[in-house]
Amino acid sequence: MSLLSVDKLTMSFGGLTAVSNVSFQIEKGELVGIIGPNGAGKTTLFNLLTGVYVPTSGTIKLNLDGKEMIINGLKPYEVTKAGLARTFQNIRLFKDLTVLDNVRIAMHQNIQYHMPAALYRFNKFYYEEERLLKEAEELLDIFKLSHKKNELAKNLPYGEQRHLEIVRALATKPAILLLDEPAAGMNPNETTELTETIEWIRNEFDLTILLIEHDMSLVMKICERIYVLDYGMLIASGTPSEIRTNKRVIEAYLGEDVNNA
Amino acid sequence: MRVLTKNNLLILGGIVLTFAIVQFLRSQNIINSFHEITIATICINMILAVSLNLVTGFTGQFSLGHAGFMSIGAYVCAIINMEMNSTTGFLIGIFAGALAAALVGVIIGIPTLRLKGDYLAIATLGMAEIIRVVFLNLEITNGAAGLNGIPRFTNWFWLYLFTVITILLISNLLRSSYGRACISIREDEIAAEAMGINTTKYKVIAFAIGAFFAGIAGGLYSSYFYFIKPDIFGFLKSIDILVIVVLGGLGSMTGSVIAAVLLAVLTTLLQSFTAVRMIIYALLLVVIMLFRPQGLLGTKEITDLLKIPDKKLRGRVE
Amino acid sequence: MEQFLQQMVNGISLGSIYALIALGYTMVYGIIKLINFAHGDVYMIGAYIGFAATTYGHLGFFPALLLSMGLCSILGIVIEKVAYKPLRESSRIAVLITAIGVSLLLEYVMMFFVGAEVRSYPKVLTNKMFHIGNVVINTQQIYILFTAIILMILLQFIVQKTKTGKAMRAVSIDKDAAQLMGIKVDKTISYTFALGSALAGAAGILVGLYYNSIDPLMGIMPGLKAFVAAVFGGIGSIPGAMIGGLAIGIMETFVSGYGYSMYRDAAVFVFLILILLFKPSGLLGKNTREKV
Repeated sequence: MSLLSVDKLTMSFGGLTAVSNVSFQIEKGELVGIIGPNGAGKTTLFNLLTGVYVPTSGTIKLNLDGKEMIINGLKPYEVTKAGLARTFQNIRLFKDLTVLDNVRIAMHQNIQYHMPAALYRFNKFYYEEERLLKEAEELLDIFKLSHKKNELAKNLPYGEQRHLEIVRALATKPAILLLDEPAAGMNPNETTELTETIEWIRNEFDLTILLIEHDMSLVMKICERIYVLDYGMLIASGTPSEIRTNKRVIEAYLGEDVNNA
Repeated sequence: MRVLTKNNLLILGGIVLTFAIVQFLRSQNIINSFHEITIATICINMILAVSLNLVTGFTGQFSLGHAGFMSIGAYVCAIINMEMNSTTGFLIGIFAGALAAALVGVIIGIPTLRLKGDYLAIATLGMAEIIRVVFLNLEITNGAAGLNGIPRFTNWFWLYLFTVITILLISNLLRSSYGRACISIREDEIAAEAMGINTTKYKVIAFAIGAFFAGIAGGLYSSYFYFIKPDIFGFLKSIDILVIVVLGGLGSMTGSVIAAVLLAVLTTLLQSFTAVRMIIYALLLVVIMLFRPQGLLGTKEITDLLKIPDKKLRGRVE
Repeated sequence: MEQFLQQMVNGISLGSIYALIALGYTMVYGIIKLINFAHGDVYMIGAYIGFAATTYGHLGFFPALLLSMGLCSILGIVIEKVAYKPLRESSRIAVLITAIGVSLLLEYVMMFFVGAEVRSYPKVLTNKMFHIGNVVINTQQIYILFTAIILMILLQFIVQKTKTGKAMRAVSIDKDAAQLMGIKVDKTISYTFALGSALAGAAGILVGLYYNSIDPLMGIMPGLKAFVAAVFGGIGSIPGAMIGGLAIGIMETFVSGYGYSMYRDAAVFVFLILILLFKPSGLLGKNTREKV
């Protein structure tokens, strides 16, 4: 049984079918990429996986430690609780809050004290908050952000904001991490660095990662398997070298030079 | 007892000292009964403003119906207190009123908090109107004439105690993971959901806690001023509270406290000119929004201003 | 049955006043996404202008109507320029708070000058009763209905057939795109406020005739009810506001006509909350969702 199995997933907005009859599986520990031209339905697929949209038809099944659950129809926070965390293509940090608070908010779902402990300041509150602080700093260290923990998120440079999005998603303790164009807007050096960090995160946190990306070099380099979407349909899947030579993929990209990646 | 940090002990000392000073001034008659009405107004308005700030300033849910919750507390407390004419009756009344307000808050909050921004504002306004009309028509509340001769148990001690408790509890809540969850909703609801925050739940919780303390303020009000009628708790009362919160800064507890004092002083000065007072309130709203939309303090707190280093909990929420 | 018909007649005349106010709400909301709280007070000012024009100026119904509409449209433009335009890029809560401030300002400045007391409206029209069976229709009701209908037809014509109307529709769909197409957005918004406020001014005079009394806080309740009407019809939709206004007017007269007049206002708000919960886009409105 795969960790995540998507079966005949379809999403229509009125007359437009953004995702059409898509099925795929992801195994534990894999690093899978989803590519496709603009408007192919990649982000819609993410929104379906994370509960932002309720699919028109089809199922999404999550199988964690032998426990199977259907996650389509769950609210976004329930999906996150179930173990899927995401980043956003158009950065959605809590801009006016500090870097630290951005991370601590994501840790809220695993908090170990109840509201009375917060209201009346029981010892448990202090222990938990200390643990939170320590864990948040450790996560921020991944991207060397912990010395900026008291800065407002909006004051970080663009690349660091993208990093913070990943840290924030990690703070929810996910089993599967969904990255929506993590390298968008980064230069080649930053992308290379990010590529290494993503691999490191997967190994360090024992994660499964699904990422959407335009940057072919990143996808081809780290993804073990790639799914290709076009017009909402899955047109190809396979290893990077198989995708590189797939005729339909090349057609779909018309002009985008897949081979050069 | 981890709560006994140096800072917290300092705060406790400050609270006791303030009480002692006012008590002394009262005993020397430097604060006379005329001033006391202003002090009562300040305390009640602080409770109202701080609780509305939790809902509107911190959780980002724009409510125009806070006076409705206040009226529930006022009526429940008055009715119980008129039956049980004792301090025990007064305290039971206050808590019953607050709980009733919180309960109504939950019942109304669950459906309406799905709405966003201006729609929520109108729905909460409508809800307060509905509460008012219900009080206008009930027999036990004596309709439009209202309740008269409510025994007075609210005094300086109770006012101070409840104000301090309200401010402490709400700021404790805000400086915890639960408070951060509320604030994340104000910042970006979709991102908050994606980070595992059950936004509906925390909106309703914030709304219910806000209603609870508004209920306490209502109970204190009815027991201090002997007399209540539905029209006291109309749309304009909700606006009064909103003006305090906006002037102080949406998202600043300190701001609400300071603005409550400023506006109470202003109101006392303009007591015999109701129309002028309202013109000034109206101008304040417009001018603040045009020139300083973040209010006096923005989202800053007194601790940010004094730079009190809090070693245990660095990187506070506010 | 007769009582039913009588209530219908009363409801339709009250409803057409609500519809006129609701149109202003819906047009302004459509174009700058603002609940213009001050709109109900523009209508109050319209009523006072009518009062002054007929009592002191000895004008007839129609000249007073036109004067009130004209002055109110200027007031609408001024309000937008002074209070709302500087906040066009601010958060919606900020603009909403400003609107509440402007509303209070109009009410209490008016109260300062004319006093808080209720004034009775001069009898501008000869009051004749027409009996159709046992149903009574009076002159005021006929004037109200016809004035409202003519103004609504005029508005539909302006919005659908004129160039400015087209600009208004364009701006309400996409302000930035409209600007790129060479539409003067500021001018179009001013025009929208002028039109909406003129209708509110007309409604002010009509309500003076209907209820025979005016006071500085008279705009609050009808303003809120007209807003409910606009939401019910589907905010942003002009035919929706008309239908919504009539529906609220009829509902209100029926609630009071059948002995629950104390619950009249509450009924409207219960209705509002129900609409917002079950069909937030209203009868003729469009659904929108936030892009993620």
